[in-house]
Amino acid sequence: MQERLKELQEEAIQKIEQSASLKELNDIRVAYLGKKGPITEVLRGMGKLSAEERPVMGALANEVREAIAVKIEAKQKGLEEAAVLEKLASESIDVTLPGRPVNVGNHHPLTRIIEEIEDLFIGMGYQVAEGPEVEQDYYNFEALNLPKGHPARDMQDSFYITEEILLRTHTSPVQARTMEKHQGKGPIKIICPGKVYRRDNDDATHSHQFMQIEGLVVGENIRMSDLKGTLEVFAKKMFGDDREIRLRPSFFPFTEPSVEMDISCKICGGKGCSVCKQTGWIEILGAGMVHPNVLEMAGYDSKRYTGFAFGMGPERIAMLKYGVDDIRHFYTNDVRFLKQFSVEE
Amino acid sequence: MFVSYKWLQDYIDLTGVTADELAEKITKSGIEVEGVEILNEGIKGVVVGHVLEREQHPNADKLSKCLVDVGEEQPVQIICGAPNVAQGQKVAVAKTGAVLPGNFKIKRAKLRGEESNGMICSLTELGLEGKVVPKEYSEGIFVFPADAEVSVDALDLLNRDDEVLELSLTPNRADCLSMLGVAYEVAAILGREVKLPDISLEPVAEKASDYVKVVVEAKEDNPLYVAKVIKNVKIGPAPLWMQTRLMSAGIRPHNNVVDITNYILLEYGQPLHAFDYDRLGSKEILVRRAANGEKFVTLDDVERTLTSEHLVITNGTEPVALAGVMGGANSEVTSDTTTVLLESAYFNGAAVRKASKDHGLRSEASARFEKGVDPNRVRAAGERAAYLMAKYAGGEVLEGAAEADTITVEPAVVSITLEKINRVLGTELVMKDVKEIFDRLQFAVSIEEDTITVTAPTRRGDIKIEEDLLEEVARLYGYDNIPKTLPIGSSTPGRLSDYQKKRREVRQYLEGAGLYQAVTYSLTSEEKATQFALEKSDTIRLAMPMSEERSILRLSIMPQLLEVLKYNSARQNDSLAVYETGAVFLSNGDESLPVEQEHLAGAVTGLWHSHSWQGEKKAVDFFVVKGILEGMFAKLGLSDGVDYVQAQVDGMHPGRTAEIHLNGEKIGFVGQVHPSVQKELDLKDTYVFELSLKAVLEADAPVLQYKAIPRFPSITRDIALVVNSETVSGTLWGIIVNEGAPLLKEAEVFDLYEGDKMEAGKKSIAFSLKYADPVRTLTDEEVTKVHERVLDALKEKAGAVLRG
Repeated sequence: MQERLKELQEEAIQKIEQSASLKELNDIRVAYLGKKGPITEVLRGMGKLSAEERPVMGALANEVREAIAVKIEAKQKGLEEAAVLEKLASESIDVTLPGRPVNVGNHHPLTRIIEEIEDLFIGMGYQVAEGPEVEQDYYNFEALNLPKGHPARDMQDSFYITEEILLRTHTSPVQARTMEKHQGKGPIKIICPGKVYRRDNDDATHSHQFMQIEGLVVGENIRMSDLKGTLEVFAKKMFGDDREIRLRPSFFPFTEPSVEMDISCKICGGKGCSVCKQTGWIEILGAGMVHPNVLEMAGYDSKRYTGFAFGMGPERIAMLKYGVDDIRHFYTNDVRFLKQFSVEE
Repeated sequence: MFVSYKWLQDYIDLTGVTADELAEKITKSGIEVEGVEILNEGIKGVVVGHVLEREQHPNADKLSKCLVDVGEEQPVQIICGAPNVAQGQKVAVAKTGAVLPGNFKIKRAKLRGEESNGMICSLTELGLEGKVVPKEYSEGIFVFPADAEVSVDALDLLNRDDEVLELSLTPNRADCLSMLGVAYEVAAILGREVKLPDISLEPVAEKASDYVKVVVEAKEDNPLYVAKVIKNVKIGPAPLWMQTRLMSAGIRPHNNVVDITNYILLEYGQPLHAFDYDRLGSKEILVRRAANGEKFVTLDDVERTLTSEHLVITNGTEPVALAGVMGGANSEVTSDTTTVLLESAYFNGAAVRKASKDHGLRSEASARFEKGVDPNRVRAAGERAAYLMAKYAGGEVLEGAAEADTITVEPAVVSITLEKINRVLGTELVMKDVKEIFDRLQFAVSIEEDTITVTAPTRRGDIKIEEDLLEEVARLYGYDNIPKTLPIGSSTPGRLSDYQKKRREVRQYLEGAGLYQAVTYSLTSEEKATQFALEKSDTIRLAMPMSEERSILRLSIMPQLLEVLKYNSARQNDSLAVYETGAVFLSNGDESLPVEQEHLAGAVTGLWHSHSWQGEKKAVDFFVVKGILEGMFAKLGLSDGVDYVQAQVDGMHPGRTAEIHLNGEKIGFVGQVHPSVQKELDLKDTYVFELSLKAVLEADAPVLQYKAIPRFPSITRDIALVVNSETVSGTLWGIIVNEGAPLLKEAEVFDLYEGDKMEAGKKSIAFSLKYADPVRTLTDEEVTKVHERVLDALKEKAGAVLRG
C-alpha cells in the first residue's frame, strides 16, 4: 500500500509536470485527488490494516495528497502566468500608428501679436481701450490736430460714409475719446488695438482693412525720455534682446516732437540687405510727445500735462517676426496659413 | 527730394564728410535719407571721343561706320546704330574693355562684317533714366558741346562722379525742397556756414515796369507777384553742368530759359514761370480767379475747363497760365523767343492744390506751392534766375521788376523756458547748449534768465509754438543722447476689463474645441451685407467705394466665414472649423454713428472627426455645433438661461435651425446652412452659428459658490415615453425638471427611437432621472411619490405615456 501510494505520487507528479493546460491540470486534480481517485481507493483498503499501521498509512496518504496538491498549485500558477503572457503577447499593437486626433484650433496670427503686445503693456500698468470702427470726422481728424483741409485727410485716402462720418483711418480716435472721458485729469495709460480702414488697393503690401495698436500715456510729468525707455522695453521683449533700436525724428500732426523707431534688421544683422533696403534698419513704429493742441482739445491743460503716444501695425510686425511675405494672407484665412501659428513661443 | 552731394558743396563745405556719413547725420536729425545712389557705380572706361568720319555701313541700312578719335595714337573704328550719329560730334565712347551698368563689358566685335572697337553711348546706356534724357537725344546717342576735350572721362563731364541722397520729406519740412534749404539743415547739423549763390549783375537802363504792369485781383490767393523782364535772350541748350544737375535731380533739360527756371526751383525752392513776352499780346499781367466754364489750353496742349476756384494769370483778358500749376500754350517760350517775362510769385497753397488736383497736374512746382514757399525768397529767386539768363542765355536784364505786393511777412517769435525743455525731454541741458543749437539753425535768439526767445526765419514756416522749438532742440541735441527712463508718478492698474477677459476666454475655449480663428473684411457687397443678419437694419454704404464687392458695412459675419470655407474647400480642405469675433454695423440714421455690435460666428463643414486607419469618420452635425455652444455657455456660467428654439432663418435649413435665446432674449442662431446655399458654395454639410457676443459677455453669470458634494446615494429611475412625433425633448425635459424638484437632481435623454416598431406618428424618448437628498438617504417610497407626480404631469401636459 505504501508503495502504491508512492507510485501514485510519482505518477501524478510526472503527469502534472507534463500537463500543458489548465484543463489538463484540472483533470489531473480530479483524477488523483477526487473522491473516485486512486488515493481514495487506496485509503478504502485501510480497513485491512492493523491499528498501528492505520495512522501511519493515513499520514502517508495525506502527505501524498498534499505533495500532489502543492505541485498542482505550483503548476497552475505557472500555467496561468504563461496564459497571461500569451494573452498579452497576442494583444500587442503597433504603437507607431497615429493616435486619434483631438481637434484644436488656434489664434489668428494678428490676434496673437495683439495679445502679446497687450499683455506686455498690461504688465507695465496699461489698460486696453477700444472704440468704434466707424468714427466721427472730429475724433478721427480734428481732435488729433488734423483740421479740415489738411492734406492728410483727403477724401481719396479715407472711406467716408457721410461728410462727418467715416471708417476710422487709425486707432488714434480712441486716444481722443479716452482723454475726453477723463475730463482733463490724468493719469492715462492705455493701449488701443483695432481694425482701421484706408482707401488702398489690396496688394502684397497694402490692405484696405488692417490692424493698428496704439499706446497713450498722459500725466503731469511724462517726459520724452519715458517714451524712449518704454519703447526700448517693448522692442527688446517683442523682438529679442539682441536687436538694436534707433529713434529718428519724424513728423506726425498729433505729436511733437515726433519719433520713428527702427530696429536692426534680423535678416542681415545690420549689414544691409534687400529686406531693410540696404540700410540695416527696419522701421517698426511711429511715436512722439502728444501735441499740445491734441491735449487742449481733449480738455487737458497742456502747461501742466504732457504725454506720449506710439502706434504700430500688427500686420507689419507679424510679417517681420514670422517672415510673412504678403499682407493678403491675413485676410484670406487659408487654413494652411492659419495652422502655422499654433505653437506657443 | 534728390540732393546731389557735389552740387550741395556750392553752398556748404562738406570737407571730411562723405555722402554716406552725411546721409546718416541727416537721417538721425530728422529727415530720413532713403538711399544714397552712386551715379557712376559699375561704369568704367567711357571717354569723350570725336567722330572724325561717319559713313553708311556697307551691309546694314541702320548702322553707321565711324572713325572716332578717343585720344589714342590711332582713331578707332566703331559701328554705331544710333540714327543721330554724325561727323564732327563729341560723343561718349565706351572703349574696348569698358564696363557699362549691369556689368555689360565692351569687347572688340565684328558687326555685319565690319570691325567695331567700342561703343558710342546714349545716356540711358550710361545709367540715366529715360525720362530725364533731353528729348533730342532720347532716341540716340548724347552729343557733348563742341568744346569737350577728347579722351577725358565722359562720366565726369556728365557730373556722374557724384552721389545723390534721396530725402524722404515729411510735410512740415517743405523748406528742404530746395538745395539752399538742405544747405541750412546740413549747416545746422555740422555747425558750418551757408554760402549764398551769386546774383550780382548790371541791369540795362530800361525798366521792367515800363514793359509790364502787374495787377492782382485775387489778393488772398496771390499776395505777391514779381515780374522781371529779360530781353535779347538767345534760346539754346543750357550749359552742360546745369543740364546734368537737373538730370541728377530727376528733371529733363529743355532749353536754357526753361532749364534756368527749373534750376532755381531746385536751388531756392521757388517755382518760376517764363513767358514769351511778345506772345502775351499785352503789357499787362492780371491775376484773378477763372470764370466758371472758362476754357484754357495748357502747354501740354490739353484744353482745360476752369472754375471759379482756379487761379489764373492773364494778359488782362485771356488766361496765360494756371497759377502755380502750368503755363499756357499761347505764351510758351519757344526757340524764337527773344524777350522773357519771368514770374516769381507767392501763390496760396490751397488755390494751387485745388487746381492741380482737379486737372491731375501734380508737378514739382505745384507741390512746392501746396506746401508753402518762403515769401522772403520770392524776389531773390527771380534775381538769381535773371542773373543766370544774362549769363547763360545772353539776356539783358531790365532794371527792377513789376510787382504786386500785399503780403505781410512776420517771422514767428516763440519763447520757451529751459525748465520746460528739460522737463519734457527728460534732459539736463544748460542754456548754453540750447543757444548753440539755435545758433547752428541760424535762428535769432534772445535770452532772459530762464527764457529763450527765438525768431524763426520765414524759410522755416513750420516753427510756430513752443513744442516746435522743443523738437528742434531734441533732434539737434540728438535722440540718441536723450536718456531712457520709465514714467514715474501715480500708477494705474494694468488689466483687462471683465468683457475683454471673457472675450479672450471665449476665443481660447473655441480654439480648444477645434475652431481656427479667422479675420475677415468688414466691407462687403450689398447682397452679402444683409444675409444671415440677426437684426433688420438699413445698410450703411460708403460714399465712394473702391468696388461693389467692398461697398457696404456688414450686418453679419456669416457670409464672410462661408467665403472662407469656400476658399479652403476649393483647395482640398473641405473639412474645416473656423470662428470669428468682430463688429457688425447697424444703421442709426445718417446723422449718427452706427451701432457697432460685437458678434461671434462659427462655421464647421465636412468631417468633424476622422481616424482613417481605424475607419472612423464622423461628419459634422447639428449636435456637434450645439455641443460647442453649450460648452461655451457652461464656461461662462450661462447654461441655465439658454434655450434653443426651432426656427426658420433665411439661408438656413428649415428643419435644422434653432434660435438661441439667452434669458428669454433672442441672441443668435445655430443650424445647418440651407442645402441650396451649400451647393452654391460647393460645400459639404455645413453647420454654423452666429450670435451677439456682446449679449453673451455682458450677461451676468451667477456668483461662484461652493455646493456640498453629495454624501448620500442617489436613486435612478429610467423611463421610456411614447409621445407624438412633433413633441420635442426639451418640452418633456422641462416638465420633468419642474415637477421633480427639489429631489430630482438630474434628467438626461439616453435614447430616442422613431422606428417601425412605433405606431405611426409616435416616437419614444427615454430619460434617466436621478433623485437625491443632500442630507439623508431617500427611501423608495419617497422617490416613487415624486416620480409618479412627474409621470402624471408628463401625461397631462405632453400626452406622454410610458412605453409598454
